[in-house]
Amino acid sequence: MNRVAECFELKRRQNQKVLIPYMMGGYPNLPDSAAALEILAEAGADLIEVGIPFSDPLADGPVIQAAGQQALTNGCTFSRLMQELGPVVKALPIPVMMMAYYNIIFQRGVRRFVEEIKDNGFSGVIVPDLPPEEADELRDAGREFEIGLSFLVAPTSTSQRIRSASHGSTGFIYAVSLKGVTGAREHLPPELPEFLQRIRRQTDKPVAVGFGIAQPWQAQRIAQMADGIIVGSAVIQRMSEEQGLKSAGMFLREMREAIGK
Amino acid sequence: MSTLEKTGFFGEYGGRFVPDALNPVLDEIKEAFYHFKDDPEFQEELNYYFKNFVGRPSPLYFAEKLTRALGGAKIYLKREDLNHTGAHKINNTIGQVLLAKRLGKKRIIAETGAGQHGVATATACALFDMECIIYMGEEDTRRQALNVFRMELLGAKVVPVTSGTRTLKDAVDEALNDLIANYQTTYYMLGSAVGPDPYPEMVKYFQSVIGNETKEQIKEAEGRLPDYVIACVGGGSNAIGLFAPFFNDPSVKMIGVEPAGRGLDTPDHAATLSKGTPGIIHGFKCYLLQDEKGEPLPVYSVAAGLDYPGVGPEHSYYKDIGRAEYVTITDKEAIDAFLKLSKIEGIIPAVESSHAIAYAMKFAAGLPKDNIVVVNLSGRGDKDVAEVAQILQNKSI
Repeated sequence: MNRVAECFELKRRQNQKVLIPYMMGGYPNLPDSAAALEILAEAGADLIEVGIPFSDPLADGPVIQAAGQQALTNGCTFSRLMQELGPVVKALPIPVMMMAYYNIIFQRGVRRFVEEIKDNGFSGVIVPDLPPEEADELRDAGREFEIGLSFLVAPTSTSQRIRSASHGSTGFIYAVSLKGVTGAREHLPPELPEFLQRIRRQTDKPVAVGFGIAQPWQAQRIAQMADGIIVGSAVIQRMSEEQGLKSAGMFLREMREAIGK
Repeated sequence: MSTLEKTGFFGEYGGRFVPDALNPVLDEIKEAFYHFKDDPEFQEELNYYFKNFVGRPSPLYFAEKLTRALGGAKIYLKREDLNHTGAHKINNTIGQVLLAKRLGKKRIIAETGAGQHGVATATACALFDMECIIYMGEEDTRRQALNVFRMELLGAKVVPVTSGTRTLKDAVDEALNDLIANYQTTYYMLGSAVGPDPYPEMVKYFQSVIGNETKEQIKEAEGRLPDYVIACVGGGSNAIGLFAPFFNDPSVKMIGVEPAGRGLDTPDHAATLSKGTPGIIHGFKCYLLQDEKGEPLPVYSVAAGLDYPGVGPEHSYYKDIGRAEYVTITDKEAIDAFLKLSKIEGIIPAVESSHAIAYAMKFAAGLPKDNIVVVNLSGRGDKDVAEVAQILQNKSI
């Protein structure tokens, strides 16, 4: 079992929820993003998702787009990210996943990419623009290097798609809460409970909900329906402020308290 | 049809590399497209607007003076520049707006680079009373201010995109984001034979009117098929529209002309098929100009309608199987052809189309006189005269 799956398994046994902050690699700059890993882990993260900056991020809203753009401008590349974050990731007590658009993986070579992230202590990968039916090579490499995979499903996904995504997911199933791109929202989509029930009917693999979650009360509500909660834009938004890392850590603590240990 | 089937591929290219949220809307469009393209009523309406609104068929004109001046093969020009709005883009927007209408969509979004597709989209939306939102890189809105005004005259709302490089690539990102959020009410009218399945197939279908007409017209004029068909390639919609109907005619050789900009040995070009490698951008696989890390490279051409780091998946496939040949023409050669065609034939071509003209001039001169070359004159050059005047004045190319 890969570490991502283990993390969900452990939390499930303890009747607790997995809190997953998302951060952009190289944002606000390379050294700070390494420090951010430690701060988020200390603030109560069970698993951390690190984005590799990409210039055409199809699934991302303005906050994550802008963070990625800045990271690229800072000269953040996959190799530098591995150099800078690798030692920190290896030393963390919690697993860390990578979020990458497929072209970055494809150009590096799928197997080589997976081997490299494994060597640098990463435990899983999420590829928002890779459909399960195109993912054979990634699945094989994931199995070989014990790297967890998570596919995304959306409220508009057909039951067949949900089945194939859950079949391909070896970490958890990433449920996109809403119809749209990443970014904080005021409300929870009303159809969310029904959507999550639809996933549960297809699979008993763990389900984490992401996109649009920015408030402790939203996290609390979702904690009653899902196994994990992913918070991205709201964390990155705080990192952009003065004393950003500290404020991101404080925010994550609030989220932790809202969903319980 | 199963949505999990591997459909929409041309060899290894194309496909759908998108977040799953987009699949249902792409399925909806695909299903409607395959249903209506064989529906007699849809065909009748499409042909009605092609004939009475666009002005089809466009002439296949024998460029006799040009042919004589070059002393080689006979050169025919497919006059897409004479279409309403001045380019081939309108073929696609009329086709897609009729589809959107049947899907009950009232809000149309589109991306545009130079503004030609934006104008063609705004035109189709005005005709069918659709709300029209055009995403355009902020940089491009400045360079193409006249087209922005044109779109606004036609009732469209032009949204300047300020992310990334602020050009076409970022306008596509923004349009796709809008579609993910608003797919229930919104139809995305993609402007070239690129993007996730079914767009490349659908855009090819609507643009194939170019090649289908050419086939009839050349048979009537010459009693046979041409030896060569030549078109410029940015995303590749005018080229695939001319090429595809000749796919099963092996005697007809296809030549796609890419922009070499300031030269292939400089970073300032957009010759994707000539210099790119396979990659994934904007939801599909194709040749892509990218760095070793998988980031799309900045691209450049004097012709704004040709500077895109990717290219249609079917062209990528044609290249690999050797069905078409892809060559390049520099800014300077294109501008020279722009000037020559204007003087010799009294036709001012778009700088995009000037790339195809430039290659045809070089190439046809060395061919036997009984050979026939058809060049797609995909658009007219009115939009370019101010820029060309400036280039000539500054001697900047």
